[in-house]
Amino acid sequence: MAYTTILVKEKMKKALLTALIAIISLNSTAEETADTISLSEVTVQGRKATRQTIPVQTLRGEDLRRLNSNSVADALRYFAGVQVKDYGGVGGIKTINVRSMGTNHTGVVYDGVALGNAQNGQIDLGQFSLDNVEALSLHNGQRSALLQPARDFGSAATVYMRTRAPRFSEGETYHARGTVRFGSFDLINPSALVEVRLSPKVSASLSAEYLTSTGKYKFRYRRVNPAGEIAYDTTAVRQNGDINALRTELNLNGTTTTGDWRFKVYNYTSERGVPGAIVNNVWRRGERIGDNNTFAQGSYTHTAGRWSTLANAKYAFYRTHYVNNDDRQVKIDNLYRQRELYFSTANLFTITDKWWASASYDFQWNTMNADMTGFAKPDRFSNLVSAATALDLGRFRVQASGLMTFIHDNLRGQESPADKHVFTPAVYVSGQPLRAGWLNLRAFYKKSFRMPTFNDLYYADMGNSKLSPEHVTQYNLGAQLAFTPSRTVRAVNLNLDAYYNKVKDKIVAYPKGQQFRWTMLNLGVVDIRGIDATASVTINPVDVLELTFRGQYTYQKAIDITNPADNYYRHQIPYIPHHSGSAVLNAAWRGWGLNYSYMYVGERYNQQENIAYNYTQPWYTSDISISRDFRFGRVKARAMAEINNLLNQDYDVIINYPMPKRNYRFTITVEI
Amino acid sequence: MFRTITYIFLPLLLVATSCREDELVVPTEYDIVGDIPASTSVRGFYLVNEGNMGSNKCTLDYYDYQTGLYARNFYAERNPSIIKELGDVGNDIGIYGSKLYVAVNCSHKVEVMDARTGVRIGQIDIPNCRYVRFHRGKAYVSSYVGPVMIDPNAPKGAVYEVDTASLAVTRKVTVGYQPEEMVIADDYMYVANSGGYRAPNYDNTVSVIEMIDFKQIQQIPVGINLHRIKKDRYGKLWVTSRGDYHTRPSRLYVLEKKRGYNRMIVSDTLDIACSNMAFRGDSLFYYATEWNNYTQSNTITYGIVDIRTKERVSDNFITDGSDKDISIPYGIAIHPETGDIFVTDAKNYVSSGTLYCFDRKGRRKWSVRTGDIPAHIAFLNE
Repeated sequence: MAYTTILVKEKMKKALLTALIAIISLNSTAEETADTISLSEVTVQGRKATRQTIPVQTLRGEDLRRLNSNSVADALRYFAGVQVKDYGGVGGIKTINVRSMGTNHTGVVYDGVALGNAQNGQIDLGQFSLDNVEALSLHNGQRSALLQPARDFGSAATVYMRTRAPRFSEGETYHARGTVRFGSFDLINPSALVEVRLSPKVSASLSAEYLTSTGKYKFRYRRVNPAGEIAYDTTAVRQNGDINALRTELNLNGTTTTGDWRFKVYNYTSERGVPGAIVNNVWRRGERIGDNNTFAQGSYTHTAGRWSTLANAKYAFYRTHYVNNDDRQVKIDNLYRQRELYFSTANLFTITDKWWASASYDFQWNTMNADMTGFAKPDRFSNLVSAATALDLGRFRVQASGLMTFIHDNLRGQESPADKHVFTPAVYVSGQPLRAGWLNLRAFYKKSFRMPTFNDLYYADMGNSKLSPEHVTQYNLGAQLAFTPSRTVRAVNLNLDAYYNKVKDKIVAYPKGQQFRWTMLNLGVVDIRGIDATASVTINPVDVLELTFRGQYTYQKAIDITNPADNYYRHQIPYIPHHSGSAVLNAAWRGWGLNYSYMYVGERYNQQENIAYNYTQPWYTSDISISRDFRFGRVKARAMAEINNLLNQDYDVIINYPMPKRNYRFTITVEI
Repeated sequence: MFRTITYIFLPLLLVATSCREDELVVPTEYDIVGDIPASTSVRGFYLVNEGNMGSNKCTLDYYDYQTGLYARNFYAERNPSIIKELGDVGNDIGIYGSKLYVAVNCSHKVEVMDARTGVRIGQIDIPNCRYVRFHRGKAYVSSYVGPVMIDPNAPKGAVYEVDTASLAVTRKVTVGYQPEEMVIADDYMYVANSGGYRAPNYDNTVSVIEMIDFKQIQQIPVGINLHRIKKDRYGKLWVTSRGDYHTRPSRLYVLEKKRGYNRMIVSDTLDIACSNMAFRGDSLFYYATEWNNYTQSNTITYGIVDIRTKERVSDNFITDGSDKDISIPYGIAIHPETGDIFVTDAKNYVSSGTLYCFDRKGRRKWSVRTGDIPAHIAFLNE
């Protein structure tokens, strides 16, 4: 096995080299054909070479739609530094881990207000469809805006999802869009969107989406002996992965003379099977999850002279019904209820035209109840205060922020744990060393933490109420190159960031002696060094043809340095590949669109010890899609066909959770 | 433009076809231990590593006293055509006649192999199977799942009887809740019921099964959450309770027959926490792991009990201080001839464990890396 690993590594290096050559040669080829005229009207977004103090990656509009992605989680795979934990299938749980710091350190913001899950701190991004998402961005550290809720200063990395906001031209009073997707796994996924202009200053939109799928797909496990003979080769059908889900969303948007306001009601209801691990003699399991998540949120901005303010409020109710029907296992039927109440006020003051300061205060209340014996019914009160300032000296920018978090938990029938208060500072600088402005250098330092979740603290026998927060320190150094070499080769954008993160007091499961009895302890220390590189370029070789290329590469060395006595000391942490990357090529020609996406995740280990028994093979998939736009008078339509996993690779992202083989999807969209 | 496409696609295609290897059969690894006794009728021993739930990493190791080689994870190499190898969460091992039996809990089967070669003979499908014992040509397997009951939250467990020649289930008897270990004495089987799925309403009984009719004739109340049950050389039964992990600690009980009666009764409750035990002569060697909420750590104890006096005679059978290297003792066995003591260390459950061998006097002889959660040992005789 050892020699195989080395072999794979060698091949890996070669592969990366060729990928690198591909990027370089792309640039040189592009320059040779520099004499054609580019399209006069540029509709492609997401490539605006805006100067970012903080590394940010964005996908929006057309780029997002062409990506062969089912959910937000699928699209996030195309960002550098991101690893998606994907348990497979339409209804499978998908969470993201940014720069190896752990899922719980990633904040997720939906239309301006953070999504929360006090129960396990993880947001299942597989639940969020891309149907109504207009822009998706990932900010390492925090967003560089000053006028934002205190909570937005808190996470180690944040994903922002922005849904489509109605925009009406003169004389328009409504828009409507209908979409139907169908394809493999018996997928049927219709959605509808209606936007209405209620008055010159107020508009409303209603969006609904239904998803049904049996989640059945073929997967294959194959092993050969060292002589190359097949030991076993079996293909089976994934069971209990069915899903029925309905998302409904109502938005009201308005403008005032001094600002604007938004209001949203959201509901997601689903009932799905949990396919579970495929192990010897077990091909079907009986776990099911029913979700009913509802929230209402509103925000309001107001500007008066030098002072701007942003107010946010949210109420969320999450109901999760977990059932295990397997006759051979312990029967479980538990109902979990979570509620969240949130208020935030953010205030920005313009001191001079180059200097700003802001202060925000958030209040958040979380509670959880479960119909389990001896459940602690925790209430959590969080108070967050932030202060931030920014200085813009033209070519040089600096931003500093500090966040103070106070947390108090209340338990019923138990002594409450000690209150926690944590101060987390951050400093960002960026500068343009050259007058021409095509080179931008940036650096940041940020401390952040995550609270132990309700599960970590209070879950039945496993929780440990004595846990402290888990801390992360991040250092980042980066450069951005953005320029337009010619009229043919437009918008070249290159980003390179190197980072060093340290996770301390990492919350890990620790055994309690008897079979699979665990508790949680602040035990782990992880040292993470990595490089994120992204490149994008748009080429117009001829008038009617536009080619865009986006590539991303991530290197990560994330090692466990908890205890030299452990036999995994200084080993790469589970499921973090050293190398990963993606490449997307897009061609648009006279209403036709062609998209090719390639995704690579290198070899990983599925447990802490980097030994042959824990080795997990690399995987790489090619997805391809073709689309055609039509126009019938006022009606716009698009038809799209996708083939995912074109080369039919059999792979596991998480061990024993097989991913689908080649699969298909068709989409028809009609818009008025 | 075409050149562009060629430049991009060709290398990408190269990447796409060059990195993934054929998935090989899980290979066996060998370590030289070199413990070769001069003369012994014990050929070697098997060790089952449980593997964490869902990982499908239940593995089988073998130590050969004739070559001094420790073979780690040899099941797949011996049985390459078995889909997904040995399975998920091993729970027990036993050798009877020429056959080796491994109860694989979350794969709901008992794997049957040739004891000499480790080559698979077949499997017995038993849902949620726990422990395996043998008696008069039959194997007995405890299972958490008995009949599907009206009350789905608390199905009673069962003991399955399996013919060791045909590997077919012949009979089944319903016992208490979530039965664990069994022991057979004088044509009666005693089954320790845990009720672990019913916490905090644990079971507290030992089921008595009359072997000829295969009927439960009695349930003896002993203590909550029972786990181990073993018979000593005088016919007494030693039963462990896991406690409720909070206020009621683990305990060790003794069951024996009153003179002139045929019924077992609880004769003693020893104020000793016990996770597992093994006998040598008149000594009972035990260890216990108990979580302590105040110190936020496991309290680990070792000791020896004299089975005649039922008194603790030593508070550690490891005499050279090397017990400090063991983070979670998880299994114990004693060599039937040399008296060497084996203790396994499960560490954090999700990394390789260690098997320690101590000599008769409790001094460390050797140690070797195992699979994940090394736990159950069976000696193979000549």
